[in-house]
Amino acid sequence: MSSLINDGVDRVLTETVLAVEDLSVTFPTDDGDVHAVRGVSYQLRPREVLGIVGESGSGKSVSSMAVMGLLPGSARITGSIRYRDQELVGRGYKEMMGVRNNGVAMIFQDPMTSLNPVYTIGWQLAEAYRAHHPVSKKAAWAKAVEALELVGIPQPDRRAAQYPHEFSGGMRQRVVIAMAIINDPDVIIADEPTTALDVTVQAQILETLLRIRDETDAAIVMITHDLGVVAGMVDRVQVMYGGTVVESGPVDELFDTPRMPYTVGLLGSLPNPATLGKRLTPIKGSPPSLINLPTGCAFSPRCPLVIEECTTTEPPLAPTERVEHTTRCHRWEHLASLERPQALFEHEEIGSVENPAALTQADPDLPVSEDLAVVEQRLAQEEKSDD
Amino acid sequence: MIRYIIRRVLISIPILLIGSVLAFFMVAGAGNPLAELKAKPGTTPQQIADLEASLGLDQPIIVRYWRWLLDFLQGDWGQSIALGQAKVEVFDSVMRALWITARLVVGAEILAIVLGVTVGVIAAVRQYSIFDYLATSAAFLMFSMPIVCVAIILKTYGIQFNNVLQDLGFDRWLSTVSPAEGGFQGSFGEVVFQYTGTYLLPTLSLTLISFAAYSRFQRASMLETLNSDYVRTARAKGISQRRVIFRHAFRNALIPVSTLFSLNAAVLFSGAIITEAVFGWRGMGALLVSSIRTFDPYMLMGWLMVTAALVITFNLVADVMYGILDPRIRLA
Amino acid sequence: MPSDPSPVLNPATPGGPVRTTVGATGSEFDTTKARKQSTLIIKRFLRHRLAMASLVVFLLIAAFGFLGPLFWTVSIEDTSSRGYLPPSAEHPLGTIQTGKDMLAQLIVGTRLSLAISLVVAIGSTVVGVVMGTLAGYLRGVVDSAISRFVDLMLIIPQIAVAAILVRALSGSWYVVALILAAFAWMQTARITRGETLSLSQREYIEAARAAGAKTRWIIFRHLVPNMVGTITVNTTLAVATAVLSEAALSFIGLGVQSPDTSLGLIINENYSQITNRPWLFWGPFVIIVLISLAVNFIGDGLRDAFDPRQTKVRS
Repeated sequence: MSSLINDGVDRVLTETVLAVEDLSVTFPTDDGDVHAVRGVSYQLRPREVLGIVGESGSGKSVSSMAVMGLLPGSARITGSIRYRDQELVGRGYKEMMGVRNNGVAMIFQDPMTSLNPVYTIGWQLAEAYRAHHPVSKKAAWAKAVEALELVGIPQPDRRAAQYPHEFSGGMRQRVVIAMAIINDPDVIIADEPTTALDVTVQAQILETLLRIRDETDAAIVMITHDLGVVAGMVDRVQVMYGGTVVESGPVDELFDTPRMPYTVGLLGSLPNPATLGKRLTPIKGSPPSLINLPTGCAFSPRCPLVIEECTTTEPPLAPTERVEHTTRCHRWEHLASLERPQALFEHEEIGSVENPAALTQADPDLPVSEDLAVVEQRLAQEEKSDD
Repeated sequence: MIRYIIRRVLISIPILLIGSVLAFFMVAGAGNPLAELKAKPGTTPQQIADLEASLGLDQPIIVRYWRWLLDFLQGDWGQSIALGQAKVEVFDSVMRALWITARLVVGAEILAIVLGVTVGVIAAVRQYSIFDYLATSAAFLMFSMPIVCVAIILKTYGIQFNNVLQDLGFDRWLSTVSPAEGGFQGSFGEVVFQYTGTYLLPTLSLTLISFAAYSRFQRASMLETLNSDYVRTARAKGISQRRVIFRHAFRNALIPVSTLFSLNAAVLFSGAIITEAVFGWRGMGALLVSSIRTFDPYMLMGWLMVTAALVITFNLVADVMYGILDPRIRLA
Repeated sequence: MPSDPSPVLNPATPGGPVRTTVGATGSEFDTTKARKQSTLIIKRFLRHRLAMASLVVFLLIAAFGFLGPLFWTVSIEDTSSRGYLPPSAEHPLGTIQTGKDMLAQLIVGTRLSLAISLVVAIGSTVVGVVMGTLAGYLRGVVDSAISRFVDLMLIIPQIAVAAILVRALSGSWYVVALILAAFAWMQTARITRGETLSLSQREYIEAARAAGAKTRWIIFRHLVPNMVGTITVNTTLAVATAVLSEAALSFIGLGVQSPDTSLGLIINENYSQITNRPWLFWGPFVIIVLISLAVNFIGDGLRDAFDPRQTKVRS
């Protein structure tokens, strides 16, 4: 890619490498249909880093597996996934073989189990190369060593002859990255690549990925639930909830001016040194069941801004005041008008006190513990006397 | 690897030694070999006293053990206690019987592994298909059949099959009696004919049950590897489905099967004993039964020591196989 | 205004804090009832049709063996009839060589074979679990001693030693049962030891020890309940193996001896008749196979019931 002339480079850099449109994935199970992914769309250009953020069960991994064609046969996939000008939806295993790890590569989550324990690293890398290039074993081995060097593994020629169990976790993840880049893919999908690693190693891995992006012009899809990773690395963010995209936009905008209550909740649930001594503010409740999704917006049962319309109609993914920043919320304008949106999720607990000992000092007759029924009775009486 | 093997062999020696002590005491304490003889009318006390002296039965047990051990290590395994017949050397009897049984056991195990692994792999790759259900049902059925009955049934139908062959004008192929002492005579074709005819039914009896275990085990192991992360990675590399199944899933699924191999050794031997009893073979099984009946001490000791050594060897082979298959163990 | 215990869905709060009462449970998020573990396991087992059917078959066979004499009163010693009679109303399965009724033989044989395998299963499980847990939990000298002993014992084919011991002691069914149990416990001990070794690594064992729990308490209240699944499955396999081992032993004449009888002994006495009087062979054969099959399927059902990780996606 770097050998193209300037004009060509510009053209290549603006053309879309991966276009996902209205992707939906459904799994039939004994308990009903699991709507794992609903109407997800995004576009990737070279050198772009897209972050996909969401909790477990939000559909972020499944949508990426759909791009790679690695979902089980029972999955029903609708929509369109276009890699360059090839349609990937509807392709069988054989037809996907040419694209896998060649045009679109994937890095999986757990490096400890992602590598085959009975073959050497070099063998596995060489296999990845020979799957798409008809070269001799020696040439493939040389390429393997080269890939190891690219990801920053010292003494690559010696290490290539070793087995996975002789590598540490961080090293193994680098090997997995090496396997993903050995064929110079246009798109690298990294599914929570650092979740299983130490924080220090995490930084190194992310830095390696960015370096590869710089050197090969690949586009990266970074799937994670860690907002810190998102802040440090991606250009654009897609927030997923309940199987669909609920907010999407440039990373700075999302952090500074979120336009969807779920995003606000996510950002607010991060432990923040500024709130030292205060309670954490999680989002109450749990993610929806993908078999029994609530009517209307998937987040409505837990949303502090919910109104009637939210529970009957699912909002469309629509632009906010800036076109590239879209949100799936009926009340985004209201949210935009709030001074401190984080306050939506703060809650005081009636009946719980920061320092119970001080209370008993002030009033020794105060009961140390009471039944819930007694407390509620007293509250009801207090309310009545308020009226 | 060589060092590992040497270490294992060296450890086996004290194990065999302790085993021999236990075995000797058990055999000696089990019963008096001359009890039957004493009860037989017409045996004089003098004959019995002579026999006792020649067998060393009048000595305390520790001394007897020590003498036996010394002789054993020098190749003199003692003699059988047959009275009034030519003295039978234990070593010769055991070796002759072993030759017959060993071919049976080894053949059966190899066949069981090959068949079991193949069926297990296919059943796993085509999970829940007709083949899978058939294979599973067959395995369950075979697990549940006592080897006694399998052997009996095969022998009966073997004879009927022979009758059919004879009616059609062919030679009777399947033999249900013991292989001849001198081995198989004749041209290559004739030898093959005789060998397969003699060994087919008993080997099949032994194989069927081992095969069931291997196929179930392999199926479970294969299912586990097919669902593993590294197989997912392999698929993501864009290689063919076949390569994924064989080079990645199967290669890993084979590792636990080698542990089954070592567990199976003693079981296989027990099965061989039964099979030989059904087919009337004069192998290790018959030898054991006859020597137990008469509490023949030296024969029993010879039999037990040889069997123990065989099982230890079996285990060693299995562990070496395991080390070859799994590099994580190899370098430890 | 009455107090609202779950004011989450309160549209009236435009941006202020949400007030919740301490202790109030968010009932709208309860989608499943909490159920006891044992109930879940039993439910899963009941769903396994094959295992249920096998349980019924097993109970029927047990009834045949243990309750049979109440209905079929012909004594097994009765040699009044002629030998080798074909099946008739008087002798539904004919008679054996000495004139004894085959059906009566089968009833007693079934009973004793089942009794042997149950004794073996229970005895070997109890001893095996205790030994295995001790070895796996205490490790060190205890573990070495037990493991070496087991390894040693497993070197010699079980059938040889069992045969020698039976010949030395007696051929009564309970002696055979005890001897078989003396071998079966080792397999259980091995498996239990392995499980204990891996379970001991878990933190809750360390926590229990730190809280001062005694070894016996930890073993019986923490370790064993977590291994119940594996142990139960193993016990069912032990039953099946015992039935087959006993048949093998008795067949070569070194197992159960007269006056006791067992399925293996019946086969021994009658297998030569397989072509002339097949009913004499197929009777005991079918019963042995049914017992083994039933027990194996029950074991399979138990394994599925105890292991919740089994998933089956509709294809």
